[in-house]
Amino acid sequence: MQPPDSPQPAVWAENLTRMFGDFTAVDAISVSIARGEVFGFLGANGAGKTTAIKMLTGLLAPTSGEARTAGFDITHQAEQVKKRIGYMSQKFALYDDLTVHENIRFFGGVYGLTNKQIKERMAEAIERLGLQELVKERVGRLPLGWKQKLAFSVALLHRPDVVFLDEPTGGVDPVTRRQFWEMIYDAAAGGTTVFVTTHYMDEAEYCDRISIMVDGRIAALGTPAELKDRFGVDSMDAVFVRLARGQS
Amino acid sequence: MTDNSTAIQVRDLAKSFGGTPALQGVSLDVEHGELFGIIGPDGAGKTTLFRILVTVLLADSGSASLNGLDVVKDYRTIRNMVGYMPGRFSLYPDLTVRENLEFFASVFGTTVEEQYDAIAPIYSQIEPFNNRRAGALSGGMKQKLALSCALVHQPEILILDEPTTGVDAVSRAEFWDILAEFRATGITTLVSTPYMDEAARCDRVALMQNGQFLGHADTPESVAASFRWKLVRVQASGDRARFLADTRALSASYRAEVFGEWIHVTIAADSPADAASDVQQALRDRGWADARAEPVQPSIEDVFMDLMGTDTYATT
Repeated sequence: MQPPDSPQPAVWAENLTRMFGDFTAVDAISVSIARGEVFGFLGANGAGKTTAIKMLTGLLAPTSGEARTAGFDITHQAEQVKKRIGYMSQKFALYDDLTVHENIRFFGGVYGLTNKQIKERMAEAIERLGLQELVKERVGRLPLGWKQKLAFSVALLHRPDVVFLDEPTGGVDPVTRRQFWEMIYDAAAGGTTVFVTTHYMDEAEYCDRISIMVDGRIAALGTPAELKDRFGVDSMDAVFVRLARGQS
Repeated sequence: MTDNSTAIQVRDLAKSFGGTPALQGVSLDVEHGELFGIIGPDGAGKTTLFRILVTVLLADSGSASLNGLDVVKDYRTIRNMVGYMPGRFSLYPDLTVRENLEFFASVFGTTVEEQYDAIAPIYSQIEPFNNRRAGALSGGMKQKLALSCALVHQPEILILDEPTTGVDAVSRAEFWDILAEFRATGITTLVSTPYMDEAARCDRVALMQNGQFLGHADTPESVAASFRWKLVRVQASGDRARFLADTRALSASYRAEVFGEWIHVTIAADSPADAASDVQQALRDRGWADARAEPVQPSIEDVFMDLMGTDTYATT
């Protein structure tokens, strides 16, 4: 257990483990992520990232170990966890057949906001994204980059403590990709903890701290500078290749 | 064959979907044996172009030919000549690795045994998992199986639509190693990717955005060298967002974009050779005591952002 007098981490896990049959997808991972931190969660395909995220968001029960997200136990208080987090991925973000307006209203409702809150925060988000002309446009017709920025704003509508972003910038053009990261910084500066996965190694440099998962374990954890130092290389790409290749 | 020197020839190809233009009159020449990359984000028009080339989609106007054969008139011949790997995982998830491969071989009237030597460089890497269902493979292995299936009829031309999207950095590098091996056998490969860093692995690249090519196709080195401005990179410890804002506010800065742990600052092309030290001083004057600035070679991504123009820049 965490010491009672320390400031409560936004995400905290100890020996978190998940098995499928006799296959250990997540193998006793431990991590503590502070409020307002941008935490990069990296790893090769099949390393166990998705399973770990499912547990931390209260969607999947661990086989053993424990974790708290936004202060709530992921096993026994999974519903409270879900109310205090936001989530978006490249595969699931918004409904293409609904308009910008309708998507915001729908997700605002799902997150339990009042009509008044939805109205206020919709106006805020639309204004910040410069989407005033497009509120009645179906989301499917927006360029991918705009869609992803809108999806991120929607994931923040209920002012969650932690937002989980699963490859949010995959396939997005280089300018919009960078704008997306500026939005991440804004959210973190406002106290939201950002938990993000990416296959772009330059984006790993933008995180406060990074963990790299290999075969279900956290093989390395630290600031980008610490990790580059430890492996004696000058880019996160090289750190990643070292770790992921070294094990295979 | 009408033109022996060109493997893929595209002229003024245009295609719209319900009034939305996907291709706005593009032209392209890919030489025999070339590993040619089309670099661009989702929605650039890469998939539409590739679908027209592999004869599964008709263009509104313009023409295209593969080894001199027209994609409309000669579609039957072309289908036997081309190996195509679509962007979405296209194999049967309920069939095993071996069953998928045998199925694709049978469609082309051949067998896996007959073609073994041709596909061995890549197939041997997934052969240990012959009995695993394709749906249960990891991302990198799925891509290797899809490439094996695209190669099973010994195509002369390979067309690969975003084969590395969603694949981790290590598997991506391995995939490009394999493409380099195939290049050595003389096969022509046209490949698309949203990852700018993969451009370096191609003989020539074309940058694509909004249904058009940006600039001219050229070697990755020449494309990078075509950057129209001077570039300086800067770094300082402290709040990143504030440092970026201050860098953008410099009078010398046309634009400033984050590149890993650095910020790339675009400055006037006719800036003096020691312009970096002026930028460094200006940042220190603004209170960034340990600010560093140095000249840097532009990358493909710098060129891409420059050629994209400023319209998408106004949205934040």
